[in-house]
Amino acid sequence: MGLESSKWAIIFLVCWLYKNVSCNSVEQKIYVELNNTVPCVRLLNATHQIGCQSSISGDTGVIHVLESEEDLEWPLSKGPNPPYMVLLESSLFTRSIMMKMKNESNRVAGVAVVVPNTSPPEFSPHTTCPNENTGVYSDNYGPNLAHCNTTVWNPRGNGLSYEEFDFPVFSLKEDNETEFIKQCYLDHNRAVNGSAPQYPLCAMQLFSHMHAVTNTPTCMRRNDINFSINPEMVCDPLGDYNVWGSIRPYNDTVFGHKENESVVIAAARLDSRAFFWEVSTGAEGSVSGFVTLLAAAQALREVTHEAPPTRNILFAFFQGETFDYIGSSRMVYDMENGKFVIDLDNIHSVLEIGQVALHSGNNLFLHSDPVSRRNNTVNDVVKNLVNNLQSSTAGLGFLLVEPNVSQPLPPSSLQRFLRAQPIPGIVLADHESAFNNRYYESFYDNAANLNLTYPSDLSPEEQLEFVTHTAESLTDVATVVARALYKQAGGDESRVNTIKADPKIVTQMLYGFLVSSNNSWFQAVMAPELKNILKPSPPEYYVGVAMSSTPTRLVQYLLANLTGAATNLTQSQCQKPDELPNESRQMYSYLWVQGIVPPNSTERDSFCVRASVRLTKAVSPAFELGEYASKDYSTWTESRWKFIKARIFLVASRDLEMLTLGVGVAVLFTSLLVTYFISTKADVLFSSTREPASAAY
Amino acid sequence: MTAAVFFGCAFIAFGPAFSLFIFTIAKDPLRVIILIAGAFFWLVSLLLSSLVWFIATKATNAQDLTLQKNLLIFGSIFSVILQEVFRFGYYRLLRKANEGLAAISEEDGPPLSVREMAYVAGLGFGIMSGAFSMINTLSDSLGPGTVGMFGDSQYYFITSALMTLALTMLHTFWGVVFFEGCERKRWWVIAVVLCVHLMVFSLSLLNPFYVGSILPVYAIMLLMAVWAFFSSGGSLHNITLLWTCRKSNAETSS
Repeated sequence: MGLESSKWAIIFLVCWLYKNVSCNSVEQKIYVELNNTVPCVRLLNATHQIGCQSSISGDTGVIHVLESEEDLEWPLSKGPNPPYMVLLESSLFTRSIMMKMKNESNRVAGVAVVVPNTSPPEFSPHTTCPNENTGVYSDNYGPNLAHCNTTVWNPRGNGLSYEEFDFPVFSLKEDNETEFIKQCYLDHNRAVNGSAPQYPLCAMQLFSHMHAVTNTPTCMRRNDINFSINPEMVCDPLGDYNVWGSIRPYNDTVFGHKENESVVIAAARLDSRAFFWEVSTGAEGSVSGFVTLLAAAQALREVTHEAPPTRNILFAFFQGETFDYIGSSRMVYDMENGKFVIDLDNIHSVLEIGQVALHSGNNLFLHSDPVSRRNNTVNDVVKNLVNNLQSSTAGLGFLLVEPNVSQPLPPSSLQRFLRAQPIPGIVLADHESAFNNRYYESFYDNAANLNLTYPSDLSPEEQLEFVTHTAESLTDVATVVARALYKQAGGDESRVNTIKADPKIVTQMLYGFLVSSNNSWFQAVMAPELKNILKPSPPEYYVGVAMSSTPTRLVQYLLANLTGAATNLTQSQCQKPDELPNESRQMYSYLWVQGIVPPNSTERDSFCVRASVRLTKAVSPAFELGEYASKDYSTWTESRWKFIKARIFLVASRDLEMLTLGVGVAVLFTSLLVTYFISTKADVLFSSTREPASAAY
Repeated sequence: MTAAVFFGCAFIAFGPAFSLFIFTIAKDPLRVIILIAGAFFWLVSLLLSSLVWFIATKATNAQDLTLQKNLLIFGSIFSVILQEVFRFGYYRLLRKANEGLAAISEEDGPPLSVREMAYVAGLGFGIMSGAFSMINTLSDSLGPGTVGMFGDSQYYFITSALMTLALTMLHTFWGVVFFEGCERKRWWVIAVVLCVHLMVFSLSLLNPFYVGSILPVYAIMLLMAVWAFFSSGGSLHNITLLWTCRKSNAETSS
């Protein structure tokens, strides 16, 4: 009983000293679990694997807080207790340091990066030439424009996201846990006067074992092995849904070419990525584009009801564009194969909204493809579109300018349309050549990158309504886009100046997509069963594999609310509208949304929205066709894993461990010998008091 | 702290008990039964005393840590007393059972002497007490980390194992001495055993000051070993006999 009570005595003493909540296990005296960590996971494509991998029972290393690049000598060569777990501040998270550690990876057990709340001057882990092999430019099409020979779009890119590391890399926030880790390092791991630090040392263990290896064809082949009842999947294709909506509805069951139908497509992308899994904010990279397009769609709603234009306008929001154009390649594939409501020949022109929030100066730029413009018909339509755009900026304080030099299109969904057919199109962007975005596809591309600031004394609801400068400038861009689309679609010229985007809607969208998605407006436009996807933080824009990405749902419901009509249908009618004479599920989609809470009530005013907004599957055609090694389509997959966690603890010296084992073996052998000896001589040693049986006579 | 520490601590804590089991107990099924029943009796005594402690803690303020510590000490003292009560109860049970076993056995007289039963019962108590204390700690010693993050000593595992070893052997010796005292109607023996048990418990409260807790406990263990040896029929004469027997065997064989 003594040991039990001694254990309890120690525990209670420690509890009293540290005021912990529950200490009733030896495990809690040893390990501290780290809860706010984000791992880097493994992604695979047709030829490579990228990302990070740990061993199946975790990687343990002695913590070393890196102070400078020269300090790397300690973990890589001088330190006496390899392997090391290197803790980096974000300023040291550079390509040269990561590559050095990658080369000496037998001494590096893993890396932990502390992500601060303030952004460094610039950081982009993406490549310098995004999506260079799946765009339109190749050796056959504009060879001097391919592979960023003329313009390097992302010069700050260090390509870390596309490297393969065979140790785990985790990110930590700047909070109490990280302070505890650094304190543990200072207490135990510092070398005093150049001599080796004494055991016990502070160590960290990271678990992020990925099941998939080598490349996509290998992991898809392993998915298909079916010799057990529960086959183990090792990877999943990236993908989600594209959202599209149109001014005039299309019958969702009639696919293929439509006679005499000419459509103007307005496109934007929905997703972005970062080095670590899922923590992508994509403010300038994607949010600026699709928020502008949503605002333009809302601006066009009234005028297209009163004076419908000749051509139809189709708003398309593509998912998965970061990973070799998953969404747009799928839509083009569907159009080519008669699986979409229109055909490539129905497209009149394309206007794509790229990154538009960081104007330097008063100009936005209109990028077009010089190769397709060599054809006169295409060139005429493009020039007409440029004119429509430039004339729409009247009275708005900025100009739309075409770039001076003949340069290729920036990475955009339009490139996939051009791969199929020469279609006239323009990409609207705030950069003339290289991106203005200093944090392209990184976790710093957030609200601060757009200078989205609110006065400090506002409550969240007041912040939602407050119109920021960023919102005003994006509203102007949306107005220009809406007017240009109306003119491009052949609408009534006299009504063009009545088209204005609403800054209140733009600022509410920016708040919801970049600050907090759980606000009253988003709650009002979402369905009741989806209200759990709204959180107090911004949504994640990583496309993922679960086909349930939050931005897709939000954009679907926003587009429906902003372009559709509220109806009087009840909830059951909303689910089965075909029973009513004037409603048709094939032409429209009917969504039951929560609605706002009226001032003197607690019940929401839910209603049914009828809109011509649809979702189409955005999974790469490579997976439909089974061509996992395809060079034409995206082949990105994400590996599966069992669990991901991190913890810190102290490690003892090898000498102490071996001493314990030695003492144990010695005790065991000694006791075996002594016991054997005593038990054989027991009759001599212990005189018996029992009467011998033979004496009973 | 990895497999080396796991095996080292397991061998330290359970090595002697294991060797006693395989050389003296395993061959005789009756001894095995008495061993397991002894372990069960110890477990029941712990269950009842922990019930008392559990009710006491739930009925009081969980945030008041000095009160909880005092409740723990009270609970442990109650548990020590209850263990000795159950040891006495087991003695009475074994005496009754011995008469019955004598009636049905083939040889004349009881198959097991009271001394053998005392030793086996004590070992049963000791093994169960050791297992209960050590298994939880052993399972945590398998992982890569060691105790010390929150200021505890890094020798936690080794000292836990040493303490468990001492306690197992102490229970064995107490069993021998206790049953002998009950046989001879020397009731002061029971009181002395109880006091020594309480003394060992209070020494363990000195942890992590291991010099102050482990060394005295081992000293007490050696004293108890000597006392148990004498009370189970050993004597200095037997030891000299053993020594000369060995010497003469060595002379005759050479």
